[in-house]
Amino acid sequence: MRAPALLCAALACAALAAGGAALAVDTTPPLPTPALQQRYYQLTHELRCMQCQSEALADSSVGLAADLRVQVRELLLAGDSDDQIRDHMVARYGEFILFRPRMIWRNAWLWAAPTVLMLVGGLVGWRILRARARLVDSEEAGSAGEPLEP
Amino acid sequence: MNRFLLPLAGFALLLAVLLVGLVRAPEKSILPSPLIGKPAPQFTLPNLFDNTQPVSSAALKGHWSLVNVWGTWCVECRAEHEVLLQIKQEARVPIIGIDWKDQNEDALTWLEQLGNPYERVGTDRDGRVAIDWGVYGAPESFLISPAGTVVYKHIGAMTSQVWQSEFLPRVAAGPGA
Repeated sequence: MRAPALLCAALACAALAAGGAALAVDTTPPLPTPALQQRYYQLTHELRCMQCQSEALADSSVGLAADLRVQVRELLLAGDSDDQIRDHMVARYGEFILFRPRMIWRNAWLWAAPTVLMLVGGLVGWRILRARARLVDSEEAGSAGEPLEP
Repeated sequence: MNRFLLPLAGFALLLAVLLVGLVRAPEKSILPSPLIGKPAPQFTLPNLFDNTQPVSSAALKGHWSLVNVWGTWCVECRAEHEVLLQIKQEARVPIIGIDWKDQNEDALTWLEQLGNPYERVGTDRDGRVAIDWGVYGAPESFLISPAGTVVYKHIGAMTSQVWQSEFLPRVAAGPGA
């Protein structure tokens, strides 16, 4: 590596290393068992912070996110299942609190729309290509000697 | 002419969808409440003014109520305060306040200095009740019917325009569900 490139690489490495010193946002005490802790991790990454709406509960530093993390923790300790905890949150905040919309009929359009649009687009594209091919064929036929219609 | 019709129709449809989205854009971050049409979430909170008389959701039945979630730390709450005082003046719909994530001393001073529009104020120190009501920012105001159902939710500062165009007509329409 040349000197400037090496310097850039060194700076990049230093910057990445410094990033590791970021303070943890979630200061909730860990759960008693690894299984519960794993579920807590999962759920707080699946649930949206309703105030900073592009952040997950796990990553948001606002008060509401901290309160919701406490609720998730308490529901886990009370023995609720993951689905029950999701239902609890959706009942209060609506489907939007889940980063991944659930597979229920109401959300069917949300999930189906990209595929449907692709199919429609594909169909239209195919028809256009077919029409073009037919046009090329008829042009070739025309240039074989017969005069084309004006 | 025929082959233009289908793409044109598709384009018109797309245009319609995009226009609707554009017009409704400011509302995008304002989320519909799943509580509308459901019974108001139950709560019992300490009373800001009298610690022997808790403030309970049971008091919401039998008449229209406005539940207002606020805090002294919230700038928009300061902005809506005059409107709330006016609503209290009208004396048609009592306002029940939920003081969210606040300090009692601050809340008492604030109401003393600015006037108290609330019939009762419950203090939600840890934010649990606010979560039950699906609150994600202050202020938020809920219209509760005499049957105790959440009829309407307004997010952000209350204005007299919103009060008159969204809340009063629903109150006038009668108890209903």
